[in-house]
Amino acid sequence: MNAPTTVAERLSASGTANALELRGISKLFGALVALSDITISVHPGERRAVLGSNGAGKTTLFNCITGDFLPSSGTVRFFGEDITTFPAHERIRRGLRRTYQISQLFAGLSVFDNIYLACRGVSQNRFSLRRPGKDDALMASAEDLVRVVHLDEAKDTLVSELSYGQQRQLEIAMALSGAPRFILFDEPAAGLSPTERSELIEILVGLPDHMGFIIIEHDMDVALRVSESVTMMHNGRIFKEGKPAEIEEDPEVQALYLGGGDG
Amino acid sequence: MAVVDQQSGDSVKTSADSQSQGAKTTWFERVPAIYWLLALVLLIMPVMASDFALYQIFGWSFILGMIALSLMFLAGYGGMVSIVQMTIAALAGYMLAIIGDSAITEISLGWPWWISIPLALLIAMIFGTLTGALAVRTDGIYTIMITLAIASAFFYFTRQNYVLFNGFSGFNGVLAPNLFGIDWRNPVPFYYLTLFWATVSYLVVLYISRAPFGLALQGVRDNARRMAALGYNVNAHRIAAYTFAALIAGLGGILLTWQSTQISPGTAGIGPVIDILVIAVIGGMTRPIGPFIGAFIYVILKTFAIDILVSLGLSGDRFQLLIGLCFLLIVFFSPDGILGLWDRMRAYQKRDPLRDQMGEAP
Repeated sequence: MNAPTTVAERLSASGTANALELRGISKLFGALVALSDITISVHPGERRAVLGSNGAGKTTLFNCITGDFLPSSGTVRFFGEDITTFPAHERIRRGLRRTYQISQLFAGLSVFDNIYLACRGVSQNRFSLRRPGKDDALMASAEDLVRVVHLDEAKDTLVSELSYGQQRQLEIAMALSGAPRFILFDEPAAGLSPTERSELIEILVGLPDHMGFIIIEHDMDVALRVSESVTMMHNGRIFKEGKPAEIEEDPEVQALYLGGGDG
Repeated sequence: MAVVDQQSGDSVKTSADSQSQGAKTTWFERVPAIYWLLALVLLIMPVMASDFALYQIFGWSFILGMIALSLMFLAGYGGMVSIVQMTIAALAGYMLAIIGDSAITEISLGWPWWISIPLALLIAMIFGTLTGALAVRTDGIYTIMITLAIASAFFYFTRQNYVLFNGFSGFNGVLAPNLFGIDWRNPVPFYYLTLFWATVSYLVVLYISRAPFGLALQGVRDNARRMAALGYNVNAHRIAAYTFAALIAGLGGILLTWQSTQISPGTAGIGPVIDILVIAVIGGMTRPIGPFIGAFIYVILKTFAIDILVSLGLSGDRFQLLIGLCFLLIVFFSPDGILGLWDRMRAYQKRDPLRDQMGEAP
């Protein structure tokens, strides 16, 4: 139960294991094969983009990794630990984070409360009956996160009253709470304005080096600028893996993804 | 930006209060004047009101308010409509009678109050926790059904079990202990006793709503999936909410048993069990004051419906019809209860005509 708390401790505890290691992940919904035999290894600190047309299984893959539902077969290892059957909250407490394609926020609470909840979720005393005081460490870290995603002015605003772009920023802030070791970003740039996009890229590029992530992104501009490796998915399978430049120039990828296809 | 400011001004005050303004104003300056007025009126009520009003109207309102408050905590903050709260209250009452003193000496153990009360509350909390553990696996209407099923099972079980629950007649002669030389059965002491515990329950719920546990519960209500993705064990939080709600319901149950000096299956019959839901709904479930408003209206109607009917030259037997009609009217005009009505009235008064007109202009 005594999970290592500092990043350094966690890194040393994880040893040489991969941050994320998926082996033979398949997911069936009845007769529909959403994922089939997905094997991916991501080393700590690596930034990987997952590309693919709609229905390629990208979000389903995320859901299997975070435990929103369990894969039909295969194993998920997180820093060497087999988390395949762990409930979602146990994975999050181990340093995994995610954002959602469609914002999943607490509409009835303020921006600050949303972020505070995210910070509290990955720390102790989740059941505390005592209100946090002014010197509460989590209050301070929540304040920091508010600033990181430029929501200072909207801090006390109810989430239901935020603009779309602000909600997306809040999604990201909540994924950065605590000490994340690995983050899954599900189309963070979808629907953002060009200015908001460049702000997003700034945030993603500015993440600490040890913090790896996988980003699902339709916008090649964003995806290729923030990632060092790319996985192409098609119809629930891995189609291509490689460096951003290789993928961009690959004729098969161009035919499938950039040249129209079904995406 | 202007629109955001205007709308959020009121609703986010709680969080702003506890953080940024905390340094500038003391806590009693932040309590609205109307609450101080209400507190003063309630404190000096025994000077103005009759014994009957103190005992039957206010005492009963505070007690039912507490039991409905436990439902408000689950439903308003947790999004879980539990029908079982009156049952939990009745169980605490039964345990008080069985472990403590009653006229049924062959069953009652006659242990002192400082054992019987904590034990009764503990058993009520265990029962609430078990009910919660069953109910949290369901959602919406199914939570209602499963808790209703538990409530009916409890009602029929107590009516048929004579060994422990003394069947149909239950227990009478369950009296409050003579503590500090005061006979708590007298209207004035009983009034203050119920007022005290109702106030404590109210303040505790209000406080917890902004503590991590309460905030997390509201998060679970808004988006359970996201809460799990933030590291929360969603079901554990829901079950803990049932445990806490059972404590308040249990306290209410003990006071209710003292008030009527008896506990019987009818206390937690299907009617009373659903009345708690009615009280919470007509009062409003968005804030902890709602259940007390609902309870007061309910008690007034229940007490005076017969008199009203008779004074109109109608048969007093139809008093349930009159009560039902009144509830129907309230819910028809304000689906979120009296609190909703109050909030809309406040919003209407605060409306800035100039800004509204500018907003409408193209």
